[in-house]
Amino acid sequence: MKIVVCLKQVPDSETRVKLDPTGKSLDSAGVSLVVNPYDEYAIEEALKLKEAAGAGEVIILTLGASGAATAIRNALAMGADRGILLKADTANADARAISEALSSTIKELSPDLVLCGKQAIDDDGAQVGPRIAELLGWPCVTVVTKLEISPGKVRAEREIEGGIEVCECALPAVITAQKGLNEPRYASLKGIMAAKKKEILEQDVTLSAPGLVTSSMSLPAGRSAGRMVGSGKEAVPELVRILREEARVI
Amino acid sequence: MGSFAGTDFYDLDSLLTEEEIMVRDSVRQFVDDRLLPVIEQHYEDATFPMELIPAMADLGIYGATLPTEYGCAGLGSVAYGLAMQELERGDSGIRSFASVQGALVMYPIFAYGSEEQRRKYLPRMAKGEFIGCFGLTEPDFGSNPGGMITRAVETKDGYLINGAKMWITNGNLADVAIVWAKTEGDRIQGFVVEKGTKGYSAREQKRKFSLRASVTSELIFEDCLIPKENILPEAKGLKAALGCLSQARYGIAWGAIGSAMACYCTALEYSKTRIQFDRPIGGFQLLQAELADMVTEITKAQLLCLQLGRLKERDQATFPRVSMAKRNNVAMALEVARRSRDILGANGITSEYPVMRHMCNLESVKTYEGTHNIHTLIIGEAVTGISAYR
Repeated sequence: MKIVVCLKQVPDSETRVKLDPTGKSLDSAGVSLVVNPYDEYAIEEALKLKEAAGAGEVIILTLGASGAATAIRNALAMGADRGILLKADTANADARAISEALSSTIKELSPDLVLCGKQAIDDDGAQVGPRIAELLGWPCVTVVTKLEISPGKVRAEREIEGGIEVCECALPAVITAQKGLNEPRYASLKGIMAAKKKEILEQDVTLSAPGLVTSSMSLPAGRSAGRMVGSGKEAVPELVRILREEARVI
Repeated sequence: MGSFAGTDFYDLDSLLTEEEIMVRDSVRQFVDDRLLPVIEQHYEDATFPMELIPAMADLGIYGATLPTEYGCAGLGSVAYGLAMQELERGDSGIRSFASVQGALVMYPIFAYGSEEQRRKYLPRMAKGEFIGCFGLTEPDFGSNPGGMITRAVETKDGYLINGAKMWITNGNLADVAIVWAKTEGDRIQGFVVEKGTKGYSAREQKRKFSLRASVTSELIFEDCLIPKENILPEAKGLKAALGCLSQARYGIAWGAIGSAMACYCTALEYSKTRIQFDRPIGGFQLLQAELADMVTEITKAQLLCLQLGRLKERDQATFPRVSMAKRNNVAMALEVARRSRDILGANGITSEYPVMRHMCNLESVKTYEGTHNIHTLIIGEAVTGISAYR
């Protein structure tokens, strides 16, 4: 089974982001970059499927600047077989342009399955997986927490409000991974050494003009200082009143 | 993601390769996810976290610098050092476990053993199926191991060992022990002793205030018959034993940086959030002097280790060079731990913070694998050409 995992390099969630002077994107200085955590579930699932089948290939596909090769290397260290980096200037790119570039490479690779994270934690777009499926004309199951593959067929469980939905579709398909799908492995020291010898193919791509333009970004307002309502049991009624009437959270 | 940020005042990351950073980050994440949540309880209960033995094997910690043909990771020296740094950021006892397994048992089997011995032990030790210990120190022979009284007398069936070893990390856990004994003509020789060999027993040394999450034992040999094939053919003379120690000391020099980082980062965070006299205590000059000293000493220790590692990769990490890093870095870490404890005030003595645990551990680390003073004399001999203790 040939599996393509789409991976995005994103700022570490511990990073305190700052805006760049244009106010339309993030200041990349001093930001440490990591594999998008939801993509780690996708990588792990691909590796597990390959191991269960005893054969196959896991290809990591990334679009971004040349530094994104580091994220691919991480996935190779976990056990993926090879990587492809589509080098492009993503400063003004929208989800459509990125999905077009990814899907045209996926079409050439003609995999049995495409796995993505359910969303990237930086822009929270959650568009690329479904858009790739749409462009390829393949079925797509999003926010998947359990995946079973039988010949030519996918059975996936996905999170819905208050419950679980079970879906079936044919292969090839696009699946987006949710937390809970699996427990991503650590890159082992052996895996890291082996990854050095694995291929990362770099290709320059030009993205189509964006249909969507970011007009501005802003940081959330700072939190105001807390207020002591009182102490002991006597303070409870007042606290409840404030939570209900002022904060309107209960 | 969201893991320990480390201490890197001099952008030393820019001197590391991509693989070295990946190795460090992978072990760092493991320590954050798996070790830190359980270590305080194990320390309090004086138990080793047995559940982490296979997890560390999956990660590839054991014998990580040995070749892949024996199931090991084939890491470079700096990458290995960074892995030890991260393990010891968790706890010196866990790093000790890994050091003994890799540097003191797998290394001598690799360096001094026969090909059959390598094939028999190394892959299983890399997988954590076999645990090792190293018996050199005796109750009355610590800094002077050459005076050991454990004897191995050749018989028609092999060697009959009699004697006792003390302060042996992993002793009770071990399936295989590398034991050093005197043979004919007082020649020191290394043997592989397997658990269950008649006449071999281990007794755990309890009631420690240090390295509580690590097993320390006494090994006893009473007419213990070792078959001839268990002699380590090339492990001849004290020099061979000291060769193993040099490997382990190298890991300790890196490990101490990890302990120091854990303490310094705790103290730094505390000093920014602890309010006294209406301001964070980190705003006071006395506190800033402490923090400035600590980060400077950690940075110097990092530079020592990094260059030592590069020398080791060129096979130029002579034992006095290793001694310098072990001596400096462990003393530095102990000092950082004590000063961090001081900054945390009363909070510093509790298990809410890792500082006092590291401080207590480092008291052992300062003593084992060549005491601070012995390393002083090794460096002294290296620069003067005159041995102060022989």
